[in-house]
Amino acid sequence: MKVFVVGLNHKIADLDVREKLAFQGDKLEKGLTQFRELSGIEEAMIVSTCNRVELYANIQDTRQATESVKSFLAEFHNINRDSLDKSLYIYDDIQAVKHIFRVAASLDSMVLGEPQILGQLKDAFELALARKTTGILLNKLMKKAISVAKRVRTETKIAENAVSISFAAVELAKKIFTDLTKRVFMLLGAGEMAELAAKHLISNGVKEVLVSNRTYDRACDLAMEFNGRAVKFDEFIQEMAGTDIMICSTGAPHYILTKAQMQKVMKERKQRQVFIIDISVPRNIDPAINDLENVYLYNVDDLQGVVDSNMFERQKEAEKAEGIIAEELETFLKWQASLDSVPTIIALREKAEEIRKEEIDKLFSKIQDLGQKEKEAIEYMATAIMNKLIHPPTAALKGDTENKEMLVAAIRRLYGINGEKHEE
Amino acid sequence: MGVLLFELALTCYFAAALIGITELFKDSKTTAKIALLSAITGFAIHTISITYRYITAGHIPITNPHEATSFFAWCIVLIFFILQYRYKISLLSSFIMPIVFLLMLVSSTLSREIKPLSPSLQSYWLGIHTVFAFLGNAAFALAFGIGMMYLVQERYVKTKNLGSLFGRLPSLQTLDEINYRLISFGFPMLTLAIITGAIWAETAWGNYWNWDPRETWSLITWFIYAIVLHARLVAGWRGKRAALLSMIGFLTIIIAFFGVKLLKKGLHVFL
Repeated sequence: MKVFVVGLNHKIADLDVREKLAFQGDKLEKGLTQFRELSGIEEAMIVSTCNRVELYANIQDTRQATESVKSFLAEFHNINRDSLDKSLYIYDDIQAVKHIFRVAASLDSMVLGEPQILGQLKDAFELALARKTTGILLNKLMKKAISVAKRVRTETKIAENAVSISFAAVELAKKIFTDLTKRVFMLLGAGEMAELAAKHLISNGVKEVLVSNRTYDRACDLAMEFNGRAVKFDEFIQEMAGTDIMICSTGAPHYILTKAQMQKVMKERKQRQVFIIDISVPRNIDPAINDLENVYLYNVDDLQGVVDSNMFERQKEAEKAEGIIAEELETFLKWQASLDSVPTIIALREKAEEIRKEEIDKLFSKIQDLGQKEKEAIEYMATAIMNKLIHPPTAALKGDTENKEMLVAAIRRLYGINGEKHEE
Repeated sequence: MGVLLFELALTCYFAAALIGITELFKDSKTTAKIALLSAITGFAIHTISITYRYITAGHIPITNPHEATSFFAWCIVLIFFILQYRYKISLLSSFIMPIVFLLMLVSSTLSREIKPLSPSLQSYWLGIHTVFAFLGNAAFALAFGIGMMYLVQERYVKTKNLGSLFGRLPSLQTLDEINYRLISFGFPMLTLAIITGAIWAETAWGNYWNWDPRETWSLITWFIYAIVLHARLVAGWRGKRAALLSMIGFLTIIIAFFGVKLLKKGLHVFL
């Protein structure tokens, strides 16, 4: 009984390879059923996302499992089996468990700490549960992986700071203004990045959206899209008195907002804080206006700088996360080892012995005037009862049953033998 | 008994200040909780200690430097809790509790002897005047802390170098607004303290205003905060300027409070 992983991710395989091996739509269920039925595969689960395809299993023999899974993949996806050798990673036992924990905690993701992977993993697990393709080992493993991921999320700051330019802009806006829903936002110009950042800001809720563009029709179109108000281009400076956040991205080859103009605007708005994001290249807003009090001007490089330092922070946090994973790996392995019958037999006997001794001591200290003979008789009887009670479970554990792990787990639970603390 | 209570409160505040400062370097929710808990415990013991002294002395215990400084600290913690409850500002204790601890430390070095009240202090104005004065000063102390937080956060955003406290410090606007509210509360308190002080002075010494150093410095403080409020409304002096001015204002309070006492001159000698 050991955990087994075969898979590929964005690091080792290009998109076209990942596409070929993906289990999309109904392929997933079909693939899962076939995978489970392979010889040597006792439990099975498939995770298929745009960045990774992974097959998890409970197996006995790694070599045999590897062969059958490779053949299965080649056949199922109708690709050359030899081409698979290069583009797959294979882990078993400890390495496999560790890998799954790292995937769940988003340490193996393209964007470190991104949260989607955990949801995708949960979905894959739910499907496996519904199709009953998993058993005691993978069920426990997945539950543990999910709890590890949550622990990493709460105990480290791996998912905390924005790692894309548009999110970084929103994050900054939130640290300048108390409540974005009371702020007026203006989009000046257009462009993919500017519109994306605008969408993120608007989805956080702003009070009003203004859109201005050199071509008024374009402004009207965008205003419709963002549910805002179009402003004529030569009037945008007037509107700035009431604007708190502005994203600027026009194709102008020169500055369209100078320091002197901004100074006037600030006077009009009684120096209330204003956040300006200049996405245009070349820049459209005089960088010197950042020197004005209560004006915060960021250009693309500034935002990229924020993203880079956040990414660096995440990498530092990832080290902490690895520590948590190492810890949890150990508890999982302990649990897995406890499924072995021998330690359970010993633990059961110890437990019974402990109870027997406790009760005898209690009795003897209560009744002081017992003779040596009586004492011996009582001891003998207690031992006999104990042995008779633990004999059947011990015999069952020693015997050859099919679902040994299940039996071990059941006995540990029924007799309250702790291999590991219960979670949740 | 009274001494023990005071020392206990001092210890709790010390713990809160120390944990608050470590919180600046290490982000942890438990640390923040422990800091707040120490402050709450300290405040509870401090309250008992002041009440105990009130009962033992038989009059409001704000009649000598030890008592006054201790009461000042007590007011700061009180307003700190109100702010914490209302705005849930993380890191506030890191900026406030060290001030509280320092005040208590100074208080602990001053004479704790309970002397009979001099005739000029035996007036109901004593309670009214001092409570107004210290509530106002406490609000300004908080504004000082909030102002510091503003300057740190504003520096991060302005220089585009988001430091380690960026995520935990509140937004600039929030800090600016709290600063404004604190001063809007502190200013009328200070005004009332000056007015009640003048009335009391008239009844005690026959003169509304005697230009003793404490009075002069209070007037300077009053002008500084008047400028903060006025410039904000009229010229839009907010943000960094307001934060800086409110910090300067608090420094004058400290000068008025301790500097004047070191000189040991003037009518306020008993405080």
